[in-house]
Amino acid sequence: MQKSLVIIPSKCTGCLQCELACSYDNESMFNPAKSRIKIFDFHDKGRFVPYTCTQCDEAWCMKACPVDAISLDAATGAKVVSDELCVGCKVCTIACPFGTVNYNADTGKVIKCDLCGGDPECAKACPTEAIVYVDANWTGLDKMRAWAEKTDAGQQASA
Amino acid sequence: MAWAKKILRVNLTDGTCKNEPLNMDWADKYLGQRGLATKYFVEEVDPKVDPLSPKNKLIMTTGPLTGTCASTAGRYSVVTKGALTGAIACSNSGGFFGNEMKNAGYDMIIFEGKAKKPVYLFIDNDDVQLLDAGKIWGTSVWDTEDWIKEHHQDPMIRVASIGVSGEKGVKFACVVNDYHRAAGRSGVGTVMGSKNLKAVALRGTKGVQVKDYKSFMKAVDAGKAVLSGNAVTGEGLPAYGTQVLMNVINETGALPTRNHQTVQFEGAHAISAEAMAEPRKSDGKPNLVRNAACFACTIACGRISTIDRTHFTVAERPQYQVASGGLEYEAAWALGAATGVDDLDALTFANFICNEQGYDPISFGATVGAAMELYETGVIDKKATGGIELKFGNAKALTDLAEQCGKGEGFGAEIGLGSKLLCEKYGHPELSMSVKSQEFPAYDSRGIQGMGLAYATSNRGACHLRGYTVASEILGIPEKTDPLVADGKAGLVKAFQDATAAFDSAGICIFTSFAWSLEDVAPQIDAACEGGWSVDKLLEVGERVWNLERQFNNAAGFTAKDDNLPARLVKDAAKVGPAKGLTNQLDKMLPEYYELRGWTPDGVPTNETLNRLSL
Ligand code: SF4
Ligand code: SF4
Ligand code: SF4
Repeated sequence: MQKSLVIIPSKCTGCLQCELACSYDNESMFNPAKSRIKIFDFHDKGRFVPYTCTQCDEAWCMKACPVDAISLDAATGAKVVSDELCVGCKVCTIACPFGTVNYNADTGKVIKCDLCGGDPECAKACPTEAIVYVDANWTGLDKMRAWAEKTDAGQQASA
Repeated sequence: MAWAKKILRVNLTDGTCKNEPLNMDWADKYLGQRGLATKYFVEEVDPKVDPLSPKNKLIMTTGPLTGTCASTAGRYSVVTKGALTGAIACSNSGGFFGNEMKNAGYDMIIFEGKAKKPVYLFIDNDDVQLLDAGKIWGTSVWDTEDWIKEHHQDPMIRVASIGVSGEKGVKFACVVNDYHRAAGRSGVGTVMGSKNLKAVALRGTKGVQVKDYKSFMKAVDAGKAVLSGNAVTGEGLPAYGTQVLMNVINETGALPTRNHQTVQFEGAHAISAEAMAEPRKSDGKPNLVRNAACFACTIACGRISTIDRTHFTVAERPQYQVASGGLEYEAAWALGAATGVDDLDALTFANFICNEQGYDPISFGATVGAAMELYETGVIDKKATGGIELKFGNAKALTDLAEQCGKGEGFGAEIGLGSKLLCEKYGHPELSMSVKSQEFPAYDSRGIQGMGLAYATSNRGACHLRGYTVASEILGIPEKTDPLVADGKAGLVKAFQDATAAFDSAGICIFTSFAWSLEDVAPQIDAACEGGWSVDKLLEVGERVWNLERQFNNAAGFTAKDDNLPARLVKDAAKVGPAKGLTNQLDKMLPEYYELRGWTPDGVPTNETLNRLSL
């Protein structure tokens, strides 16, 4: 079964443990500046919103890369950057409509979420389940369940 | 590792910035943050120095865990000689500034001297510059933070700055980072202002490393599991914040009310966590928007609040009709119970102003309470207050004074003296509810006996964060003791003080200690740092730090006479509640405490004690 990351901003406390876990997995140190997932703090509204790559099927970044450095991991559906092949031209960062591929000036390569090979560290590190890794075909299941419960409660009340 | 092993020394007089290696022998004895910065401070600064003179120094400091993924490991402290107290000051803040400083590659920044004109320090990893703060001097913390991010075209910069109150010499000004996290007490922001240093702006992208990642991740995961499984850190604090205490402490009969005239507040519920969650009439929304975490924190005790848009404080002022840092227990108490004001929106507004203009809501609210008593007893009148009807319970008086104090204007500037100088000025020093010139926080020591000793002996003046025996006396952590008896409290206070000094030297939040003992902390530090960090070694560091701070204060001129409480707490018995009829029994606890500490009856560490702690 293929899985997807699902992000639920209302649960996020802005603690950045996901950024720490992501940087540790990818850079072997604690460095939020090198995280593939970012938390946006909309301070005036009291909202924290995590954002990362959604692994588009027809990935703009993958199509744009002139040296085919971004490939599909068939098992996870992730679009994965090869450090060996990436020449740091940054075309993918322009092509991605969501901004989730970014250049790392220290290495001269781009970085993006690769779903940690199917075991996302960010989701494991999140203390509030604001990031979960679920069946790619049923990312709406939890919301449907909540609404089903609500609908049913309404019907029971009116019955 | 875990330490960056580098400090930045900024001489504001000469305008120079230099790197130095961290003294690793000292790191082994003082760990980091509170302990290590205090060591640097006492080595370099004359204890008799005037806090506001260029000869005083100010250190911003992280701990070894700061910036790692250990839970709550984003803390930093400001160490200096406090403007409010004249004692050693160490104020700790969360948010995201400490981790950014570590990521830029610095354990500490030491500020010396005084800039000729207002400056701010800008750090982008190794690129360090002192820049002209002409455009932001005279503006608030919030505007300063926004301006710096815009000016450098980098929204990811982290800023710690002072507001106008710190520039104007309000004695309890703080250093505020991330809009509403503060190194809050003792006037550390006042010292920063006296140096013409408006802000420190940081960008750090170097990363933080630890000694042994495998054991570190194991210890950190175990620690996080303890925090999320604990009733206080896993449920109470995330849901209600520290405000979970308001009703509890009120029922205990230890909620100081109207300048400690009584110990229970009839308006407590109206300003409690429960009230923050109730939908209000005007728009059906509660005051509390959500909880929020500091860097790497599993607990997320922070409050994000809004003020009722129809409230008199903000109805005409859309800039305050936004979400921002809401009431924590200490602030809600000081702005509310201490002044007799039970208007939650007024308190939230005053709290916003404290953050925006950078001053300590505890000292502010408590000083307003003292001024209200001066007013009600006829010592001062409307002529002195500039027309303000300074009666207990007057919400408008509170919020007007909050704005005046923020700008250092009007009677608000006199509030900015702190209660000690204010009450002395009007001939009633006994009405200042303070120790070493610092106002009490939110626990009346007649109803929680141990806190009386903790306040009297706190090295930075009255404070709940130097030995929080409330945990044991009220919450039963690690075990329950009777809050109404003094017996056994000397040992309890010492144990809390020493352990707290160790937590504060590590780079983590003291709130973890509701769930963690040093048994949980030691494996995390040991995996991160060289040096074989056991519980015993940490306890020794804690005790060493406590004695070092004490030595500085003694050399600064403090004596056993300053380890005292206002007469109101030791002579006037509580009139209501479980503590009815009780005064604080400091005189019983203090000699025992000195003995346990290995100090002379005059409160001076004996040579034997100093040798034992290699001081
Ligand atoms: S799945 Fe892995 S790579 Fe992607 S954002 Fe999460 S931690 Fe980073
Ligand atoms: S770990 Fe979870 S709660 Fe923390 S910032 Fe990331 S998404 Fe938000
Ligand atoms: S417990 Fe509260 S103050 Fe401490 S680090 Fe977490 S959010 Fe910050």
